[in-house]
Amino acid sequence: MSKKIVDATIPTIPLNARFQRWFGRNLIRVYMVLAFTYLFIPVAYTFAFSFNDSGKSNLIWKGFTLDNWKNPCGAPEVCTALANSIKIGLLATIFSTILGTMIAFAIGRHKFKGRSTSNLLIFLPMATPEIVLGASLLSLFLVFKINPGFWPTVIAHVMFCISFVVVTVKARIASLDPRLEQAAMDLYANEFQTFRRVTLPLVAPGIAGAALLAFSLSFDDFIITNFNSGTVTTFPKFVYTAAARGIPAQANVIGSGMFFLALAIVIAGQFVNRRKAR
Amino acid sequence: MGKIRTPYLLLLPGFLFLFTFFILPIVNLAQTSTQTPIAGGDTGQYEQTLRFQNYIDAFIENREQFGRSFLYALIATVLALMISYPLAYAIAFKSGKYKNFLLVLVVAPFFTSFLLRTVAWKQILGEEGFVVPTLRSIGIISESTTLTSTAFAVVMGMTYNFLPFMTLPLYASIDRIDPRTLEASGDLYANAFTTFRKVTLPLSLPGVVAGTLLTFIPAAGDYVNAAILGSPNTKMIGNVIESRYFKIVDYPTAAALSFTLMAAILILVTIYIRKAGTEELV
Repeated sequence: MSKKIVDATIPTIPLNARFQRWFGRNLIRVYMVLAFTYLFIPVAYTFAFSFNDSGKSNLIWKGFTLDNWKNPCGAPEVCTALANSIKIGLLATIFSTILGTMIAFAIGRHKFKGRSTSNLLIFLPMATPEIVLGASLLSLFLVFKINPGFWPTVIAHVMFCISFVVVTVKARIASLDPRLEQAAMDLYANEFQTFRRVTLPLVAPGIAGAALLAFSLSFDDFIITNFNSGTVTTFPKFVYTAAARGIPAQANVIGSGMFFLALAIVIAGQFVNRRKAR
Repeated sequence: MGKIRTPYLLLLPGFLFLFTFFILPIVNLAQTSTQTPIAGGDTGQYEQTLRFQNYIDAFIENREQFGRSFLYALIATVLALMISYPLAYAIAFKSGKYKNFLLVLVVAPFFTSFLLRTVAWKQILGEEGFVVPTLRSIGIISESTTLTSTAFAVVMGMTYNFLPFMTLPLYASIDRIDPRTLEASGDLYANAFTTFRKVTLPLSLPGVVAGTLLTFIPAAGDYVNAAILGSPNTKMIGNVIESRYFKIVDYPTAAALSFTLMAAILILVTIYIRKAGTEELV
């Protein structure tokens, strides 16, 4: 009986396994190609139509031109909107990174009463839909007779970015080897010196990552901004308003430009990390 | 002495900020939600009358949009999970030295503006795009069928736009799985399917929970996809709240709807986390 099974299985297993392995490997490759195609279709479309000789409405392909790239501010208001987005993004990044990093150090490095409540307070804004955050903040501004505009938008962005900064920096702090700080203390560094020379440089990549995340969240936000910005136009708001009557190709230029810039920053960051690791 | 105070001093500025611009607005929103128009006042003037009936009125009037929001968000979340899981798995286990590069590729599309991508989908799926004529010529859709201004387009847009919120947490938890546990499962005569069901999936559950929440929450409150890719028949609760605020200036109803949405999401999330049996989220 047992002999029969051995006879029957020995010749088939390697073949079967080889086929399965081949199939498995290529299935996954095919799947990845399909998935990445899906991910990149709108990006490729946006990039391609940034070269469209379109005039006002960028709906139909009318011919190749470099004019949009040579003159990205050619369409009315597009660069005002971009400048607003960058200003708001930078301010929101600075404030949320400082406040969030401080909270991350408090939660990640200290044991104190109310720690789990603090964690909950950080989690709640992330679990609240954007429209509720935006609408509630607008109601508060209206109660205090503050008109929506530039600064209310900055405040709104700082508010929803803080939690993401805390989570990112906290993860970095949690991954630190405590022995490094103990070693610094053993070498007679005082608390402040240890923090400045050992802890902070080690946490710095986490803080930088958090700042980048905050900027991209702020730059790309539409819903909360729409509630609190009044007449100030940001880039996403510009696209939303323009969508009804056709978006100028210059918006595609800016979108594609942001894509390549962000990609360059990420790749440069990985490169720096790898060199440091060596 | 100083040591005890340090964490509180570090927390103070940030929490003061969150208290003023997150907690206070939510409290104020709760207050607004029970107000009624001042008799003889201008539009947009309301007084506190503690009218909780606002909630019932708002819900009954907009139950269709509520249902749609949760249904669309649910479908988009399931689709995103189905697309992301194999992708995250492949990047974590099958990509070798290209791991970091592929991770960058997953995030990269989301560096172009969220709105530009949504508008791009509208044009790709629209009458002038290449998808509709192709599908028509193969005969998959009829001459009169359109893809934009449909529930399909809205759900597809949401699936696409929130995909990295699903892929990244999934990747993070799958990547943490020790490949030797999978080998061990194979050594114990589990086939590929059993290994997945009994080892990989349970170990990646925190990622599944985090990913589905991070996708479902913004999807349920979203109104941009419905506004750009949908039609009046695909309006979600976000569209209603937005128009109550800006077009109708009906703050109490908008507030009541916002509160109901937030409460519904928090209740669903709590039940879900309990059922999934994981509390390590953040």
